[in-house]
Amino acid sequence: MTELYNLDHLTELEAESIFVMREVAAQFDRPAILFSGGKDSIVVTHLAMKAFAPARIPMPLVHIDTGHNFPETIAFRNNLIQDMGANLIVGSVQDTINQGKVQEETGSNASRNKLQTTTLIDTIEENRFDACVGGARRDEEKSRAKERFFSHRDDFSQWDPKNQRPELWNLFNGMHAPGEHFRVFPLNNWTELDVWNYILKEKIELPSLYFSHERECIRREGQILAMSDFLKLRAGEKPEMMRIRFRTLGDLTITGAFESEADTLEKIIEEVAATRITERGGRMDDKRSSSAMEDRKKDGYF
Amino acid sequence: MSKTTTNGLLRFTTAGSVDDGKSTLIGRLLYDSKSIFEDQLESIKNESTQKGINGPDLSLLTDGLRAEREQGITIDVAYRYFATPRRKFIIADTPGHIQYTRNMVTGASTADLAIILIDARHGLLEQTNRHSFIASLLGLRHLVVCVNKMDLVDYDEARYREIVKEYKSFSSRLDITDITFIPISALLGDNVVDKSNQMNWYEGSTLLHHLEHVHVGSDRNLQDCRFPIQYVVRPQTDEHRDFRGYAGRIASGVFKPGDKILALPSGKESTIKGITLGNEQLERAFPPLSVTMTLEDDIDISRGDMLVRMNNQPDVVNELDARVCWLGEKPLNTSSRFILRHLTNEVQAKVTEILYCIDINTLHRDEENKTVATNDIARIKIKTASPVLTDSYRKNRTTGAFILVDPSTHLTVAAGVVG
Ligand SMILES: Nc1nc2c(ncn2[C@@H]2O[C@H](COP(=O)(O)OP(=O)(O)OP(=O)(O)O)[C@@H](O)[C@H]2O)c(=O)[nH]1
Ligand SMILES: [Mg+2]
Repeated sequence: MTELYNLDHLTELEAESIFVMREVAAQFDRPAILFSGGKDSIVVTHLAMKAFAPARIPMPLVHIDTGHNFPETIAFRNNLIQDMGANLIVGSVQDTINQGKVQEETGSNASRNKLQTTTLIDTIEENRFDACVGGARRDEEKSRAKERFFSHRDDFSQWDPKNQRPELWNLFNGMHAPGEHFRVFPLNNWTELDVWNYILKEKIELPSLYFSHERECIRREGQILAMSDFLKLRAGEKPEMMRIRFRTLGDLTITGAFESEADTLEKIIEEVAATRITERGGRMDDKRSSSAMEDRKKDGYF
Repeated sequence: MSKTTTNGLLRFTTAGSVDDGKSTLIGRLLYDSKSIFEDQLESIKNESTQKGINGPDLSLLTDGLRAEREQGITIDVAYRYFATPRRKFIIADTPGHIQYTRNMVTGASTADLAIILIDARHGLLEQTNRHSFIASLLGLRHLVVCVNKMDLVDYDEARYREIVKEYKSFSSRLDITDITFIPISALLGDNVVDKSNQMNWYEGSTLLHHLEHVHVGSDRNLQDCRFPIQYVVRPQTDEHRDFRGYAGRIASGVFKPGDKILALPSGKESTIKGITLGNEQLERAFPPLSVTMTLEDDIDISRGDMLVRMNNQPDVVNELDARVCWLGEKPLNTSSRFILRHLTNEVQAKVTEILYCIDINTLHRDEENKTVATNDIARIKIKTASPVLTDSYRKNRTTGAFILVDPSTHLTVAAGVVG
């Protein structure tokens, strides 16, 4: 009898996330989903579709386009938007650079990762978003482990991790003054493995980059980086063909690939379950210092 | 990182006074159960060496904020996830410092079990008592009291017995009956994952073994049907022109298509036509599922309303008798207005009476003390501008919980339980 009422933990996580999505739609006037094209934001979008079915999702998708994306990510994004009939808003880092608001980094380690923050904040202000839903998870990184579901951002989009609002049960307090907003994280309690298992269970489509494929890459400081027009080769670096896949999708310039034969979800799940390195372990952006993520988040980063 | 689990999910929180070793314990638990990734370990080893500490400082695994690492204390709750072949765990590592009690309350509010740490040298401190009482107030039914830093008292059994006795006498006045005691050293790993060979006098299980096997009778209430409406789905497309779905998360009870229901507070009756999750039709819905229901009749229902059964209804009240943990920076002011957030409902409220505060060291009611300051626990009476649909918290952890928000600062100033 009680067996009937046991849920596997993925169903429990799904129920929690759907609850959070609906709370966003109910409590805020101008919410949006921050869509990066990576697996986590694809799962958030999937959960949003389930939360509001058979209606369309009552908020736009926002993509902060660094101009350094994998072409596969953009193609995937455009297809998804079309299938869903959703509204897409693009904030362009190139525009922010052209307006002279930020300076492009130089050197062989240059990336547009940090510049995104300015574009993101501008996009939030221009569209007067009062809630931005993201796909970040607490298990990704040590300062993310401190996140609330409803995370307050002040008038300057800053996070104050030392002074967060208490968050009791699932009574989310989204009250705020004009100009302030919330970042909302429906996947907070999911682990990387949960996300993959859920993608398998729900048969969610992903960009091909996550699956093993042949690609021209270079090795740099123990990492494998995909060749692209944005990568400045250093002396002695030689592109070679490798069989790789990506574990997370950030910019072309910072997302490390790794050699893998996993070309199906089942194989990926096996690989993730056996791995001894965190997901963000392959990202240059987190390697800059031990508080790199916290510092960026305080400034308004995703 | 294990793939399969059998005993379901356990959510637990740490509690206890500052520096009693909570974060070190969680680090130890993760480390000895091989749940730490290589790059994480590498980075805390480097940081520990820089600080001149021998061996990795395991508290750095949860103390993830710059300020925490600099000061060596926990400020806000950190959530960690790990699994053994037996069970999946969600850990909330909370701060012991009194100034951050609000963050401890945050971590405890969603936990099934609390690990209370006590420094064997110091015994029970005020924060030990406060956290124990908060755990009890929040309806946690299981406590594990870890007497920590046994290495610093020569693994002395007498000292351990003394603290156990002291805690038992204190906890007889709590609402928690399942209490387990374990002597440990978080720093050295005694009785955390592996059995200690320094304390042969202790015959109980290790902490991890206990956590893997403790039976947490489900908090889910499958008797009392409560479906708080969270959001009304109205597609207004050609295909679904007249569709009206009531979306929400089942708080308690079991709902099925064909069930007669009553909408509160309106008192209108109808019958459930369908229950869906995404595009899938469900035969039954129960907690904690998030679903969408359609009804046979077109009745006026909106966010904050509730679907229940005729013969089993919550209290529909304008006055609440409640216990609160005060989280605001300023003392409770009875002339202030508040927003009371309960389920999916938001109503104006004021506090009409302060009945008593709890003396945290004796757990006695102090009826003379009518000043509810930060971190105090008090019984109060609240009046709401429109009715709320509640059950007592003891009976229902979802419909019996609320928060108070200060409308001028927008801050959450109290965690409350009904009854
Ligand atoms: N000797 C010894 N020291 C310990 C033990 N457990 C923790 N410590 C030390 O006690 C200090 C405080 O440990 P933490 O784990 O940061 O304490 P905490 O309870 O998390 O503190 P807050 O989160 O700030 O309340 C650190 O220096 C630890 O190394 C133990 O079993 N034995
Ligand atoms: Mg700590």
